[in-house]
Amino acid sequence: MSLLDLRPKRPKPLLPWTDRRDSVLVFVVAILSFLACLSVIAALSANRAADGWRRDLTGSATVLVRPSPGESPDGAAIRATEVLAGIRGVTQAAMLDREDAEELLRPWLSAEVLRDLPVPRLVTLELDREEPATAPELARALAAAGVDATVDDHALWMKDIVQAGKMARIAAALVALLLAAAAAAVIAFATRSALAAYRETVEVLHITGAADRFIAGLFMRRFARVAAFAGAVGALMAVGVAAALRLAGGTEGLTPVLPLAWDDLYWQAAAPFAAALVGAIAARQACLALLKTMP
Amino acid sequence: MRYGKAPEVFSNLSFQLPTGSFHFLTGASGAGKTSLLSLIYLAHRASEGRIEVFGRDVAHASRENLAALRRRIGVVFQDIRLLDHLNAFDNVALPLRLQKNPSKSWREDVAELLTFVGLGDRAGVFPASLSGGERQRLAIARAVVAKPDLILADEPTGNVDPAMSQRILRLLNLLHRQGTTVLVASHDPVLVAGSGRPVLHLQDGGVTLMRGGAG
Repeated sequence: MSLLDLRPKRPKPLLPWTDRRDSVLVFVVAILSFLACLSVIAALSANRAADGWRRDLTGSATVLVRPSPGESPDGAAIRATEVLAGIRGVTQAAMLDREDAEELLRPWLSAEVLRDLPVPRLVTLELDREEPATAPELARALAAAGVDATVDDHALWMKDIVQAGKMARIAAALVALLLAAAAAAVIAFATRSALAAYRETVEVLHITGAADRFIAGLFMRRFARVAAFAGAVGALMAVGVAAALRLAGGTEGLTPVLPLAWDDLYWQAAAPFAAALVGAIAARQACLALLKTMP
Repeated sequence: MRYGKAPEVFSNLSFQLPTGSFHFLTGASGAGKTSLLSLIYLAHRASEGRIEVFGRDVAHASRENLAALRRRIGVVFQDIRLLDHLNAFDNVALPLRLQKNPSKSWREDVAELLTFVGLGDRAGVFPASLSGGERQRLAIARAVVAKPDLILADEPTGNVDPAMSQRILRLLNLLHRQGTTVLVASHDPVLVAGSGRPVLHLQDGGVTLMRGGAG
């Protein structure tokens, strides 16, 4: 062998590593991967938001205090606050004085009306997340201390909120699933279309004596690689958008209604694998179907 | 054999290629030379009748067995059919890479064959950059590199000059002397007449053995 041996040292892959005909497939898969990733991020955010709504309501309660005869409203509220603060399952009890209570009503009532209105005193409670005190427990403790009060543990709202959260979760998961399924179908279709361009290559390999499984394996690996690359591009775009929304929205993400977390972005790592799997299966099936047309 | 709903291409066609024989296949354009070759290299199934390749009835062979039979056949296509994404070296090496146990010297075999067909310095060149004659020689090299038991060549000298034509014929003769069965479809009366080989002549859907002896 001479020093000027120009023979290729390693045989090239039997299918091209890159091909400009792949650009349409890469574009389609990347866009679908991007949309599917965004829908997953939205679903995760919706799930977190629903959890947050439930947690906010179960973690708090409001007590409306009515003064006993001869007792000032503020005095009754102070007494109630002291009683409530000592109950197991209550982490914090805070009295809303008249000004605070008026502040809550101001959007609906004018200052003149409020001045003459006997505004009730409220005590807000933060409850233990693990073992919160129940409304009957709070009511019994207040009654035992001789405080005339009504405990609102938001149970009335809770049912609706939990239901709304459940619906939000289901809707987001359904949208994500539908989009993922649509993405998979389009990736499969695009892969089959792209494979049609390789008909002559398949024929040559077939007539040269390559077994069906061997040929299908070549195309399966090739299209899995192309789909994985495109899936990664789409996932990275989605991560970029989600990160921008997260950063733009401060600590709570873009909006408290749909809170984003950095952890949500880890899930996007699955997109290239999912795209590769769909591309591989589609390419294998399409290739075997094509080979079936050849004896 | 038929294409779609067209009438049968062949009727009352019967012949045998003895192992180690060398035949030319002639006939007017449209007589069915390419179709007959495609039946033998198993690209089509016969709609009627029986075809045996290497003593095996192909109608009853499994797909894996058909693939194994194809690996024993070297084909020079009339339309050449090189893989454009592979360079000359890798195109020629293709049949060797599809074999389960290629010889250790397969790279040297490919290089040697490329030199024999005058493409020794074109190993790294892709088909799109080769002339018609060079592509034809490359296709021939690919067909013979694995030393197949049967070589089917469809107009293998169609795009080459007379000198290269003789060189290709020498290569086919060399393989024939080593025991390979050869069937060459050709339009070239000079090549056919000068070879002294028996001729299968296709006409009206049938075949006639026109000249015997040397096979």
